[in-house]
Amino acid sequence: MNPMPTITDEERSELRRHGILLTSVEELYNWGRSHSVWPLQFGLACCAIEMIAASMARFDIARFGSEVFRPSPRQADLLIVSGTVTKKMAPQVVRLWNQMAEPKYCIAMGACAISGGPFKRGYNVLKGIDRFVPVDIYIPGCPPRPEALLHGLMELQKKISGQSISGPEAPRHLRHDTSCEYPVPEFGDHDLVPPKNPEVWKVPESPPKD
Amino acid sequence: MSPFDASPLSPSGGAHVRSVVDEFHGDLLEVSMGPHHPSTHGVFRMIVTLDGERIVKLKPVLGYLHRNHEKIGESTSYLGSMPYTDRLDYLNAMTNNWAYALAVERLGGLAVPERAEYLRVILAELSRLQNHVCLAGFLLQDTGASGTPLMYAFREREKILELFESLSGSRMMCNFQRFGGCRTDASSEWLGQVSSLVNGFGAFLDEFEELITGNEILMARTQGVGVMKGPAAVSAGITGPMLRACGVGYDIRKVDAYGIYPRFTFRVPIGSHGDTYDRYMIRILEMRESIGILQQALRDIPAGPIMDPKAKLRGFRPKPGESYGRIEGPKGEIGFYLISDGSANPYRYRVRPPSFVNLTLLEDLCLGHTIADSVVILGSIDIVLGEVDR
Amino acid sequence: MEPLEQICSRLLARFPGAEVSVLPNPGPAAQHSLLVGRASVREIAEFLRDDPLLRLDYCSNATGVDWPEKVIVDVTKVTTPDPAGGPPKVSEVKTERLQPGYLEVVYHLYSMELRHGPVVLRTRTVNRTDQASVPSLTPVWRSAEFQEREIFDLFGVVFEGHPDLRRILMWDGFKDHPMRRDYVEPEDYEWEPTPHGDLVEKAKRARPPVKGGEPVA
Repeated sequence: MNPMPTITDEERSELRRHGILLTSVEELYNWGRSHSVWPLQFGLACCAIEMIAASMARFDIARFGSEVFRPSPRQADLLIVSGTVTKKMAPQVVRLWNQMAEPKYCIAMGACAISGGPFKRGYNVLKGIDRFVPVDIYIPGCPPRPEALLHGLMELQKKISGQSISGPEAPRHLRHDTSCEYPVPEFGDHDLVPPKNPEVWKVPESPPKD
Repeated sequence: MSPFDASPLSPSGGAHVRSVVDEFHGDLLEVSMGPHHPSTHGVFRMIVTLDGERIVKLKPVLGYLHRNHEKIGESTSYLGSMPYTDRLDYLNAMTNNWAYALAVERLGGLAVPERAEYLRVILAELSRLQNHVCLAGFLLQDTGASGTPLMYAFREREKILELFESLSGSRMMCNFQRFGGCRTDASSEWLGQVSSLVNGFGAFLDEFEELITGNEILMARTQGVGVMKGPAAVSAGITGPMLRACGVGYDIRKVDAYGIYPRFTFRVPIGSHGDTYDRYMIRILEMRESIGILQQALRDIPAGPIMDPKAKLRGFRPKPGESYGRIEGPKGEIGFYLISDGSANPYRYRVRPPSFVNLTLLEDLCLGHTIADSVVILGSIDIVLGEVDR
Repeated sequence: MEPLEQICSRLLARFPGAEVSVLPNPGPAAQHSLLVGRASVREIAEFLRDDPLLRLDYCSNATGVDWPEKVIVDVTKVTTPDPAGGPPKVSEVKTERLQPGYLEVVYHLYSMELRHGPVVLRTRTVNRTDQASVPSLTPVWRSAEFQEREIFDLFGVVFEGHPDLRRILMWDGFKDHPMRRDYVEPEDYEWEPTPHGDLVEKAKRARPPVKGGEPVA
């Protein structure tokens, strides 16, 4: 049962106009997090060029507080998987993800990172990074335009703003029953072992019969 | 086998930094740079053995972006492979398209109409402009000029991409050339936009060079670094600006005279030292020559059809045979080798990538220099991993 | 540049006993190639590089081609006279023969000094399994170094005399050679709306059965 809000949004914005800022810890916490998402400086393929373009003067990702591309995963909040993840590269991507400190988010940028994209048929292509890493935002496109990346970033900010900091809906880093370590796959004879992390990714339900 | 106990030279992980002992040098340090390293231009990895800061051994480890172009090309129709070529060297979709179209045209004996040839030249030279300007930006980023030169470079690149987009519908993956011509015709407004861009590009280069070319730090970091000698470069198959920087005047636009390049007057810049600074300068000078080619092409472009009426794009089945087509891409010789067995898909589809072969000499260039110089040398080779690993 | 037949006859005069022949290319490109036997390919390559008329100092492209063994059906028409005196009966007799498989290495050679080319040089292995080796041409043209490593990795051609023959694109523990025509990649396809028919088939096999126990066709 939700407690009745003691103050409505209209009243709050009315108070703001008079210079009184009323907020909740949750809102303040999420506001701070969502407007300083630092991405990892990590490019894989074609989409990385569009990611660089997004950080340049024309698209100016700095408007969203995300221009600080960190070379070290220890300082980054956001992993933008920008391009095709090959099976040879997948363990390194998972290791980078493990090295990032919580709270951390993952954007699958482009068709390849989502599903393998045009290279899905390749013997060395991972069919989507979401087989190993939980993905928050998917940005379709081949490659997505810089505007699409900015849109994805705004959606991520919305997602972060909507998170509650307690209860069963709390994000991963505020709970004790989840881990931020994900198993790193190893190289097998022809494929990664295991080929997917069943805790993160399940074979989708069969489509309806047509 | 766990990735952690694999040998350090194995591509499967291995130690990132470890000490090794060499009979000649004594105690050495082995450092793994990449595949995630901010200065390796993508997922490139090199295992560097250091004596203090000096490099005594360097082994590139490739394959982190090996996405099976050639295997996919064998089960894709001739037309269907065209969009895949965009993603080889993803900075230069236009020249990749052209090289592939040339190989298929030779395989099928197709002709290309005049106007399409002019459009190809215009697009290839625009592509060269934006590749070289990006290279200059990235190279300066590698020498430590963080951000600003790259901002300048990308400002110009965006203008060119805008032209590509208005013609082909996509900024980067243009998928524009077809065997036997081009996909869409350019309007006169578009050609006018190109000509105003081209006329302004010289001023941009002047500005860029004024800021960069004579810069003391750039000269100190690049002159005498990574010197390559002509005969070694020829034997190692180095092509493009890399080769011309060490004094070998081999430009496929002149040698093969493909397309309509013999109609244009342009010079091939040649370096004399073969060092990193020369490789930078060659690109700047090539951009100036490209401006000249573009101005001549825009002046002379005729009206007419853009597709060979005999060309059949869908269901194209060339006679059995093989062909090798190559052009001078911005990074060097980009070639396609196709074997047809008479069916709708090529029997063998091979890409000859310039930056993969240009990497052959990376170790030789880096030996004796510091690890920080290896980053600059790698930057001057101008690799794109989509093409190195395919 | 002199025609390929002339190069071939010069080579035969210079290296008596070497297996050299001209392999015609029937397509419109008409880039014919020199087929050279394994035993003499190194000397011939050095000759092509150093000969003052050719000076093929630049090996642009080196690649492999896989030709698996295939059954060739020869159809011969046999005419048998009709014992009854009617018109002779024409029947077709099909004989099957097995063409052995081999791996082929193709080099595209140009001359930077004399600015001509290409000369296409091909050499073949004995078979695709235990005798899949050819001499390396890396000592002749260094540009073959990485490309031959790639052919070794993807096709499984062993280059004798290569200074550093390791896998280059796939990881070290990888088995098989994925660019061979008979390589079967691991199947990890789920349902995917895709225009590629064979992919849909593979996805159907990976699909979990529909609730109710009835497997999906």
